[in-house]
Amino acid sequence: MSLTDSTAPLRQTPLHALHVARGARMVPFAGYEMPVQYPTGIVAEHLHTRAKAGLFDVSHMGQIRLVGAAADRALEALVPGDLQSLAPGRMRYTLLLNEAGGIIDDLMVTRVEDGLVLVVNAACKEGDLAHLQRRLDLAVEPLFDRALLALQGPLAAAVLARFAPAVAGIPFMSAVAAEIAGKSCWVSRSGYTGEDGFEIALAGADAAAVAEALLAEPEVLPIGLGARDTLRLEAGLCLYGHDIDATTNPVEAGLAWTIGRRRRAEGGFPGAAAILAALAEGPRRRRVGIRPDGRAPAREGTAILDAAGNPAGTVTSGGFGPTLGGPLAMGYVAAALAAPGTRLALVVRDVPRPAAVVPLPFVPARYYRSPA
Amino acid sequence: MTVRFTRDHEWIRTEGDIAVVGITDYAQSQLGDVVYVELPEPGRKVERGGEAAVVESAKAASEVYAPATGEVVAVNEAIVADPAKVNADPMGEGWFVKLRLADPAELDGLMDEAAYARFVAELG
Repeated sequence: MSLTDSTAPLRQTPLHALHVARGARMVPFAGYEMPVQYPTGIVAEHLHTRAKAGLFDVSHMGQIRLVGAAADRALEALVPGDLQSLAPGRMRYTLLLNEAGGIIDDLMVTRVEDGLVLVVNAACKEGDLAHLQRRLDLAVEPLFDRALLALQGPLAAAVLARFAPAVAGIPFMSAVAAEIAGKSCWVSRSGYTGEDGFEIALAGADAAAVAEALLAEPEVLPIGLGARDTLRLEAGLCLYGHDIDATTNPVEAGLAWTIGRRRRAEGGFPGAAAILAALAEGPRRRRVGIRPDGRAPAREGTAILDAAGNPAGTVTSGGFGPTLGGPLAMGYVAAALAAPGTRLALVVRDVPRPAAVVPLPFVPARYYRSPA
Repeated sequence: MTVRFTRDHEWIRTEGDIAVVGITDYAQSQLGDVVYVELPEPGRKVERGGEAAVVESAKAASEVYAPATGEVVAVNEAIVADPAKVNADPMGEGWFVKLRLADPAELDGLMDEAAYARFVAELG
């Protein structure tokens, strides 16, 4: 057996004591000591989230506020999303781009009173902050002491309605202020699991009380980063630093949908020339879903071959999907090999193993749809 | 019948010159949910300390090393069909392979149950 461990000085979230008290296995992640799983285990935590509701601590992620009415127009210089059309209380997924059109980070942007609030990846947050402060001529305020909880799953709305009835009806990708267990929160209908659910931003000092109140509900279990990863992979969602990075452009990553129509017409975002060319001509390679025929998981870094055995790409995320009940992977392949049904092989432990391209997501999303 | 343990968290139980090999309860608890097991072909020769099998959890793949040199005489297909058996009963139904030992004296250098328990306790 090879079991690895490493120890280094790490930061803690406001829920650290809660994780430890509940028996979580804590691991280093993006400079934080985070729960990878609770005694429940990754598979049970994953299945519980798809069946009922799971509570995730994602306080390691970075919240950043851009102040002022001009924040939307200013940020558009750094991202391809249409932010000027973002209505108050609405949220959009977008990408910070470099001058080559590569992805510096992926993030959520919400329009709040007098500005925008961004949620960025933990490993990128210091760099994103510096980038924004350098490039934007407005107040850029890190809110890195804020906590962030995610309540995800088909029963998340029913659970949250017991605390804040108004939030159960808010549309997907919108946000409102709400009080939960006596604490002031900012609640959005969003997440990283493919399920209906909410993300709850609040003061770090209030996080444990709100988390404990939610965990006291019978449908809710705490869920670690292990299941967060398997849930997002089944949902076909990108993990920054793995499926997308500074060398991938939004078109090949399958994220062209984040480029607003007005932005396509006007350009004016970093790497616009390269990205608009890739849109017009088609990218050289594409991110695809892959299902191995057999049972062996293919992990990140696995070589992908075409049907004739020629190198065709690399797996960027891969493992076992508890809801699928089998292995699954995402990776980049030459554009000609990207059609669902295309036969491939994945080289696991030096053995090419048959696999096929499948449509993403692996598990259909069940985001909330407002009544018409 | 004696059980010995490696520092890599395999166990080996001998009955004459045949030995059963698996991973310890500590190992399965550290791995978490086992979702895939890859076993060698019967007849394969394995070297002490060499790879004998692969076990994959929801998070990662790990190698299972042979505690002693020998020939694989049987493998546990039941854990291929139902990998969760490795978590549920690592020292029993969750065994991996049976070996015909080349040199049973190789096991003398391994830990007995009490020594392994102390070894695990020191890992924290």
